[in-house]
Amino acid sequence: MLRFALKRILISVPVLGLVSLISFAIIWMVPGDPAAAFLEASASPEAVAALRHELGLDQPFYLQMLSWYGRILHGDLGESILLHRSVGTAILERLPVTLSLASLALAFAVLMGILAGVLAAMRHGKWTDQSIMTLALLGLSVPDFWLGIMLIFGFAVGLGWFPTGGYVSPSVSFVGWARCIVLPAFSLGAAQLGFISRMTRSAMLEVLGQDFIRTADAKGLPRSAVVVRHGIPNALVPIITVAGIVAGGLLGGALVIEQVFSLPGVGRLIIGAVLSRDFPVIQGSLLFIALVYLSVNIVVDLLYAVVDPRVRLG
Amino acid sequence: MDSAAHTLEFEGGWLRAALRFIMPTVRRLLGNRSFTIGASLVVFVLLVACFANVLAPYDPVRSNFRLRLQPPGAGHWFGTDHFGRDLLSRVIYGGRLSMEIGLMAVLATGVFGTAIGAVAGYFSSLDGVLMRLMDALMAFPTILVAIVVSAMLGASVTNVIIALAVATTPHTARIVRSSVLVTREMQYVEAARALGAGDFRLLFGHVLLNALAPLIVRLTYVFAIAILAEAVLSYVGVGPPPPAPTFGNIIAGEREFMLTAPWAMIFPGLAIIVAVLGLNLLGDGLRDALDPRMRI
Amino acid sequence: MAGLLEIDGLSVWLTAASGRSSILDDVSFSLQPGEVLGVVGESGSGKSVLALSIVGLLPAALSARARSLRLLGDELSTRPREAFRAHRGRDVAMIFQEPMTSLNPVMRVGTQIAEVLTWRRGMSQAAANRRTIELLEQVEMPQAASCFGTYPHELSGGMRQRVMIAIALAANPKLLIADEPTTALDVTVQAQILRLLTHLQRSTGLSLILITHDIGVIAELAERVMVMYAGRIAEVAPVGTIFDAPAHPYTQALLASVPDIRQQRGRLATIAGTVPDALSMPSGCRFAPRCPHRRDVCAATPPALTVLAAGHEVGCLRPFGYLAGRVA
Repeated sequence: MLRFALKRILISVPVLGLVSLISFAIIWMVPGDPAAAFLEASASPEAVAALRHELGLDQPFYLQMLSWYGRILHGDLGESILLHRSVGTAILERLPVTLSLASLALAFAVLMGILAGVLAAMRHGKWTDQSIMTLALLGLSVPDFWLGIMLIFGFAVGLGWFPTGGYVSPSVSFVGWARCIVLPAFSLGAAQLGFISRMTRSAMLEVLGQDFIRTADAKGLPRSAVVVRHGIPNALVPIITVAGIVAGGLLGGALVIEQVFSLPGVGRLIIGAVLSRDFPVIQGSLLFIALVYLSVNIVVDLLYAVVDPRVRLG
Repeated sequence: MDSAAHTLEFEGGWLRAALRFIMPTVRRLLGNRSFTIGASLVVFVLLVACFANVLAPYDPVRSNFRLRLQPPGAGHWFGTDHFGRDLLSRVIYGGRLSMEIGLMAVLATGVFGTAIGAVAGYFSSLDGVLMRLMDALMAFPTILVAIVVSAMLGASVTNVIIALAVATTPHTARIVRSSVLVTREMQYVEAARALGAGDFRLLFGHVLLNALAPLIVRLTYVFAIAILAEAVLSYVGVGPPPPAPTFGNIIAGEREFMLTAPWAMIFPGLAIIVAVLGLNLLGDGLRDALDPRMRI
Repeated sequence: MAGLLEIDGLSVWLTAASGRSSILDDVSFSLQPGEVLGVVGESGSGKSVLALSIVGLLPAALSARARSLRLLGDELSTRPREAFRAHRGRDVAMIFQEPMTSLNPVMRVGTQIAEVLTWRRGMSQAAANRRTIELLEQVEMPQAASCFGTYPHELSGGMRQRVMIAIALAANPKLLIADEPTTALDVTVQAQILRLLTHLQRSTGLSLILITHDIGVIAELAERVMVMYAGRIAEVAPVGTIFDAPAHPYTQALLASVPDIRQQRGRLATIAGTVPDALSMPSGCRFAPRCPHRRDVCAATPPALTVLAAGHEVGCLRPFGYLAGRVA
């Protein structure tokens, strides 16, 4: 199993190299000079030159690339021009907020999604199935930030149950944290919930048509036991696949939801950097987020081996 | 002329063969409820977008400060925004621009995704490099790619289209590549190759035809993704710049006035939902009729 | 005389846009405790559907109706399909043709057997595990104890079928239905499995319905044979009678088509024609279009099962007709 994990990590190395390159090279998409783009149009040529030198942009491309790789291998993600702080530190400070948002949304989407999908598959063709699938489709079709805004309007402003924004750390007040994380996590998870329940339903329908389900039925097991003991474990491979994709979607969605709910997370950092052309932050956070997503993919592959004994041989 | 080669040529010509293949599919599509509802919604939105200049009661960019933030009423069915512009007209014209952006993004991802996927699937020497590149791009969340590319290039309609295309092409290429890989191994392609058919003719003739079904389904979903993504890009601030309305930048523009004039955000949001719902239903219907094994 | 299983007038059909497909038509027979009944027929004869009907596992798309279906005295024809579940895994068990796809690929083989014991017989997990290993030994599984933790894909076809039999036995059933249990296996393994089934049947005294298309398999195991054709019973008789003096032309043709290893040359005998399409079954006798001894009356009237002798029934208007020679 350990060898399987190591092999899997090893395969990611070339992709990781490319990912680092893309994170680095992104600033060259800017038409014109990156340094000039950061400073205002009114900046003096000396200021621009000074910034270029500070960012190392006056060096030949391959040297810049080498110094980039050198830095990131030491864990140095660069320094924000705007904040004059290490990118790495800035990210780590904000990480708990984003993590609590994303993991809550993931748990919500996965648990409710699987439940809804299994229920819809068991009541295939009946009213329960159709309404669950319609709700799922609606969830997929609603922009998450718009849903967030509407929820703020309804529940925070209208009913006053939740704050309209801001973040309270769970160590300060658990209830406070819960109150300010519920609406964002829900808005973030709603679309992904739709995705997971649809996938779970189709995976379950396929599994429930297989011969071994007939054998379980022939044993005289109650229908619920057949579905839960024999059906769900065999549907887990496609479900885990979708969960992995959903995790990626959540990482992206969290960026925007943090804007809507004024949560001081990594997303706000990135959006702020993107708007103000703070290139080191953009480069560093792109790399960081990609690393997180790649790790999620590795975990997904490992989960396959846990869930399906046939994978362990390969 | 060897008769064996003729077995691979369709009897009675290309067109009749295509029709023989298409007719049962069309029948299946029309019987599929997802398809009919989805197609109706999409056609409705496209028609409104097409005839925007006829349907919109007012000029979408003309401001009228006396009529700022009016709630929905007789003269303005959707109310007015903070510049006093009629929201119904803005939403209608916004639909036109959002649909255009979506369609262009779909076109771009279709062309590039197919090119990359077909080459990667067919020529194994290039497969490794191309797929590593696609994997690397997919290591970033899709919306993040779109936001960063759009921001780096500068906010404009063209750049938003490029950003959306870059974000959605890798997965499209993956899908085309899968289909090409499967078809390539099929016996009749091997037979044709054995008879001396050139690589390119095979590629375009048989192989890509098989990739058409999953590609069409994927592109329908890409359209939906593009509309949602454009909205996010606008909300964040890197979407098409004002005053030309899109679904997204209407919402973005009215952000501060949410409490006093919620209708300014509700209606464009509902418009997005209608368009995206229609496209998702259409995609589902197409998938059920064309390629039921495709689940994502 | 009360039997273990009594079926009277069972019909199964499929209603689709293109029409009604008749899969079983007015099938009636009974089974005594401890009896071994062989059911023979080619594909399309409805024999597997018959098996599924007995245990209530017909696919939802199929409709069924019977004047009476009595399993261990319990009248099930008027009850919903869920009523069968109480009997499954307790009084009646079934094994299927494809042991690979019939076992849960992600669950250990021992767990799949023990499940029957814990859920249906209320045993504790420890007792169930012990009994499972006993069952694995009973089905002649090599190294039964270490087999417990294996997964289906780690076993050969023959071993998987033994697991299926163990699952069936765990229920301690009075009736075991085996639907083509050896068809998917190698010939040598086939013989082993059949020998195992024979041995188990004799030692436990359970009733066995053995479904197959292979007449040779029937000869080994069955006491009574039921020949099916196109959803109807063609002939039911003790096994000796079926082989020595079959009454139905189909049975006779079936026997004639089995190649004899002693024959040095000559073409393989076949039955001309094909099984009729379920959507357009011939009125009257369903075998008539292919029967070399048919008369005009055969196409007009569906033949009811007539009793020729004790335990010998035939669904033919001209039984032993092939003895009389061909006269138009």
